[in-house]
Amino acid sequence: MSAALAALPRGFLARYEAGGGRLSGDRAARAAAARALAAGFPGPHDEAWRYTSLRPLAEHAWAEPPVATPDPAALLARFDAIDAPRIVFVNGGWREDLSRPPAHWRRPDRAGARPGTLARPEREPMVALNTLFAEDGALIELPAGVDGGTVLLLHLALGTAEAPFACHPRHRIRLGAGARLALVEASVGEGVYLHNPVTEILLGEHAVLSHARLQDEAAGGFHLATLYGTLARGAHYDGFLLALGARLSRAEAHVTLEGEGGRVHLNGGQLLAGTQHADFTSVVRHAAPACASRQTVKSVLGGMARGVFQGRIEVAREAQKTDGYQRAQALLLSPDAEVDIKPELEIFADDVKCSHGATVGALDAEQIFYLRSRGIPAAEARAMLVRGFLAEALADIAAGPARTMLEQAVELWWRRQQP
Amino acid sequence: MLLIRGLCAEIDGKPILRGIDLEVPDGEIHAVMGPNGAGKSTLAHVLAGREGYQVTGGSARFDGTDLLALEPEARASAGVFLAFQYPVELPGVGNANFLRTALNAQRRARGEAELDAVQFLRHVRSELKRLAMADEMLKRDVNVGFSGGEKKRNEILQMAVLRPKLAILDETDSGLDIDALRIVADGVNALREPGFSALVITHYQRLLDHIVPDRVHILADGRITLSGDADLARRLEAAGYAGLAAEVA
Repeated sequence: MSAALAALPRGFLARYEAGGGRLSGDRAARAAAARALAAGFPGPHDEAWRYTSLRPLAEHAWAEPPVATPDPAALLARFDAIDAPRIVFVNGGWREDLSRPPAHWRRPDRAGARPGTLARPEREPMVALNTLFAEDGALIELPAGVDGGTVLLLHLALGTAEAPFACHPRHRIRLGAGARLALVEASVGEGVYLHNPVTEILLGEHAVLSHARLQDEAAGGFHLATLYGTLARGAHYDGFLLALGARLSRAEAHVTLEGEGGRVHLNGGQLLAGTQHADFTSVVRHAAPACASRQTVKSVLGGMARGVFQGRIEVAREAQKTDGYQRAQALLLSPDAEVDIKPELEIFADDVKCSHGATVGALDAEQIFYLRSRGIPAAEARAMLVRGFLAEALADIAAGPARTMLEQAVELWWRRQQP
Repeated sequence: MLLIRGLCAEIDGKPILRGIDLEVPDGEIHAVMGPNGAGKSTLAHVLAGREGYQVTGGSARFDGTDLLALEPEARASAGVFLAFQYPVELPGVGNANFLRTALNAQRRARGEAELDAVQFLRHVRSELKRLAMADEMLKRDVNVGFSGGEKKRNEILQMAVLRPKLAILDETDSGLDIDALRIVADGVNALREPGFSALVITHYQRLLDHIVPDRVHILADGRITLSGDADLARRLEAAGYAGLAAEVA
């Protein structure tokens, strides 16, 4: 490991000792997080971080977010069309003036961050950082049977290359039995910053959460998000993440199916160019019988971009009739693009159906010729095929604000790629 | 219109076309028949500009233009349409968007004004109606989940929308039931007029019961060995390729 990377967690620790975040965990969690940081950041020999190096983080001296409240009107304008209650954070802090909060939400306090916590700071270095430095976040708690409709959760970051800052929001979504929510989340920004959110999701019996996430951070931004979820009997978590921004991003998810008949979807798309690096890492733990998990990840990689998908399915002995499925498809637009796909199955039950598949390739010459034979010039033909691949990734998302937001993001990304 | 002289082509150094001479005048429909491996599909592919073939001799001129010098998209804009034996699936690409992009790309290349969404829909709906096809065809992704018959019908729809001057049908009849065969034939017959020619490549005579050709050419071992009128196809059906070869000899 480089000396700079080794020094980075020590720098954070020193800053923590001078005063951590407003929410920084309980004593045990803080101690665990501090120990994890003291042990250093993971390097290439840590299996979970084999394909993603945190080294670029060490290129910056991460400070607190600026105290002055910047005006993010331009960033916010992208979401004007979404007519739903919104909770808006700028540089990690809640902005009352920009928000139209839903019912059943509050900001977490120190006490609220404690009970029943799912996060594991002792295991995940970025979660350790979040545990020590969390200042703010959204706490959405729906009572049993309530339909929360659509809620927009926005994180806007306004940084500069001269004053890079780190922010560590801590969100929690808890749905009571039979409650429903469509959470539409987006992270966008300008400049250089580290956005390191931790989200905990607790779904009661037969609760349904659809969670669409857009990661379109600034080209110089870092996005390291960790999500923990637990599902009671019959609950559904339907997650989709589109990652197309940030210089370096990792979205990690740890979801446990605790009750019979739960269902989790962790689908996503990666659209990367230049030297971008994006990592989807997930662990789905089937701890109860007759649950289903589904993951389809589609990546479009150009330039020297690198996409990573690591997915582990763990099936406990009592989780009979588990139905687990993972699929990764990558389209490489350049010979220098790279994709790393690592599926893992760890199965202790004997009556299960688990499978995974991966396809990696360039654009299909037959398809290109078919389009050209109809009069469509080669470059346009290639563009149509890439967009088709992307459209397919979004095809399973129900029509609505989330779908519209993601489609617009794809369109915007596509236009950015054109010379 | 289409004038092929001494056309020779290889795949990976293996000669497939060994000197094709063929002329399809304006407004005529010609059939090319031949046994498997004779070079029928190679002829279609070389004319449409598919990669993987090396033209080693001869020429193919279309309305006086050297067809073989053009990119595939330029051949299409010049008026050449290839109906594929195995139409390709394009996941995520909607059929309507595909047709409109193709039509406007050709119009642009020819210096004609592009059609806007309304004009295009009017055009494509009238073609659908004429071919007795459902609008639903437009909403689906190109050929994805289509049955064999639906794929061939989609080829015919594309042909009708794009209005080529020369349609090359590469064994479009293969794997079709009689109803689908009729739709293909009706689609071609509907375009039959001065200014439209077709090269119908087929293994069997049955398509030619529905599209009656002006001329029939037998392709064997990379050469046109025999040409005649529509009756030649019927003689072929009766005698077989081997029998006909013996008859000629």
